[in-house]
Amino acid sequence: MNDLFNSFMSGPNEQGRFGDFGGRFVSETLMPLILALEAEYEKAKTDDTFWAEMDDLWKHYVGRPSPLYFASRMTEELGGAKIYLKRDELNHTGAHKINNVLGQIILARRMGKTRIIAETGAGQHGVATATVCAKFGLKCVVYMGAHDVERQQPNVFRMRLLGAEVVPVTSGRGTLKDAMNDAMRDWVTNVRDTFYCIGTAAGPHPYPAMVRDFQSIIGKEVRWQLPEQEGEGRLPDTLVAAIGGGSNAIGLFHPFLDDPSVNIIGVEAGGKGVNAKMEHCASLTGGRPGVLHGNRTYLLQDDDGQILEGFSISAGLDYPGIGPEHAWLHDTGRAKYVSITDKEALEAFQFSCRTEGIIPALEPSHALAHVMKLAPTLPSDHILVMNMCGRGDKDIYTVAKHLGQDMGESEGRSID
Amino acid sequence: MSRIDAKFAALKAEGKKAFVAYVMAGDPDEIRSLGIVKALPAAGVDIIELGLPFTDPMADGQTIQLAGQRALEAGMTLQGTLDLAAKFREEDDTTPIVLMGYYNPIYSRGVDRFLADAKAAGIDGLIVVDLPPEEDDELCIPAQAAGLNFIRLATPTTDDARLPKVLTNTSGFVYYVSITGITGAAEASGADVAPEVARIKAHTDLPVIVGFGVKTPQKAEEIAGIADGTVVGSAIVSEIAKGKSVAEVAAFVKALADGAHRA
Ligand SMILES: Cc1ncc(COP(=O)(O)O)c(C=O)c1O
Repeated sequence: MNDLFNSFMSGPNEQGRFGDFGGRFVSETLMPLILALEAEYEKAKTDDTFWAEMDDLWKHYVGRPSPLYFASRMTEELGGAKIYLKRDELNHTGAHKINNVLGQIILARRMGKTRIIAETGAGQHGVATATVCAKFGLKCVVYMGAHDVERQQPNVFRMRLLGAEVVPVTSGRGTLKDAMNDAMRDWVTNVRDTFYCIGTAAGPHPYPAMVRDFQSIIGKEVRWQLPEQEGEGRLPDTLVAAIGGGSNAIGLFHPFLDDPSVNIIGVEAGGKGVNAKMEHCASLTGGRPGVLHGNRTYLLQDDDGQILEGFSISAGLDYPGIGPEHAWLHDTGRAKYVSITDKEALEAFQFSCRTEGIIPALEPSHALAHVMKLAPTLPSDHILVMNMCGRGDKDIYTVAKHLGQDMGESEGRSID
Repeated sequence: MSRIDAKFAALKAEGKKAFVAYVMAGDPDEIRSLGIVKALPAAGVDIIELGLPFTDPMADGQTIQLAGQRALEAGMTLQGTLDLAAKFREEDDTTPIVLMGYYNPIYSRGVDRFLADAKAAGIDGLIVVDLPPEEDDELCIPAQAAGLNFIRLATPTTDDARLPKVLTNTSGFVYYVSITGITGAAEASGADVAPEVARIKAHTDLPVIVGFGVKTPQKAEEIAGIADGTVVGSAIVSEIAKGKSVAEVAAFVKALADGAHRA
């Protein structure tokens, strides 16, 4: 890890490690596939035609670049730092997830794979995958925890409209972790024709690095967009993003890791509060290192190394792990990680609707809740960029329920 | 010579194939699980594969997933699994026990402490599904240094170029996974397996045992006949799931063992 001393941007090493985190903890059946994927990705990375195809689709299909928007009323109400929102919720399909899906599906096509599988929590990654599969005429199967199928009905219907098969997963507590287990079981069974399109910056190497590279378009755009509004060379002072597995966050953070003046803050889902009852999904604040889903990272687990189910109002953050690069950024101190409760996220959700006319997803509502705590403590020349990584259409039933206005659609969970 | 090596030497002298039985430690509870494990050698089991329960068994089908859940709900732990092995060892010093599971419970305890405790409990070998050769420094190398066999899985996707890498730090035997898939799923086909076993044997002198998708005495006989032995897991675990008595489970296992030994 010597070469990493000078840069936070050069990881992972050849073993897929960020410090001690990451790696390739998969069964032998999958190992040859993961090596083939790594080889294909290494080729694509330096292939102009690959990036030309990505750029074209990002521009004409996704609608990139997404705006970097100065949130003047938020800024005014909070009375401190200047708040910019990176509007990835305006992407086609309503979240950052499609940035990564496009990259992986183009790779899958290059590898001759005809069947795409994905796991999904909030359904955003599932919708993005179903969308791109429809566009390219590929068969798509999405694994989704049965509990999430209930609380994210609109996205389930969307995926089905797009021609995907949605498989409700009943093992475990029926959330994202369990969906990922079943996706891996499918993959191991259908190795020859199937490509596993992972939705976050986690899993066995090369996924964490590859997903990060595809999502880094977010931070790269911020690097040129901010100077357009704030003057040449101006870097953000603070970056804030929500973390489920960590893909939207690493996408915003990575291009700034070697700029020491930029404060970097990841926001985990605190559920009912990070306490001994473990009713949260804050792997970094409430977990310890372990091995799951192909990588070593911080995990919610008991004393015996059994994985615990997370708990969050937000299906997209309801995962007991976190991408390995975040685990490493946490341990090195380069980034800071905090947690936000369900209640705080719900307040932020409403704050965004009221002040900016933006209905956010519950995931970035966590990031915004932290911004609401932080911004008032900062001076008015401090520039804070938050990743508004998804829109809230999918969440209105859950939020209505929690606000006591049952729309009779989605189950939602009690958060008191 | 490890218990595993000794067992294969003895089987070879008798001209017999090996029958390996998988059960989940602590399924359906500690007492009945110990009873079942103790009954296996008399039922004809040559090597016991003892499942270490884990919440997220990504390579297992529903039968073994549920067995793990039953065991965890009944309070089984890594320590409990080692204790079970130790109690078995008090009465049987020759039947090898191979612990099969996933890395996190082992990593969570600490590799060095785990290896010392496993050795003391009379465990002979380890099969850890999520540790490919690329991660040999984690557990494989320390395990061999501690005198435990590290048994690797070879699969239909392990091509000739990769096979030497898979075999390098393997000891005891090679476990050939007969299908691409999870435990308890598709049935293995002898016609597919035979050339694969020959391919592996061209690279190693270790015994090759074939598992996944073997459910009946006939299949056990067929598959054992084209390898050095066979493993049955899900079919036995299904009987335990039905609430069968120790004697009934033993009778079921005996029919499978007899099948393998006819080969
Ligand atoms: C809008 C949105 N944000 C964030 C996440 C969490 O994922 P990640 O941490 O990989 O960005 C999800 C996941 O479903 C999501 O839909």
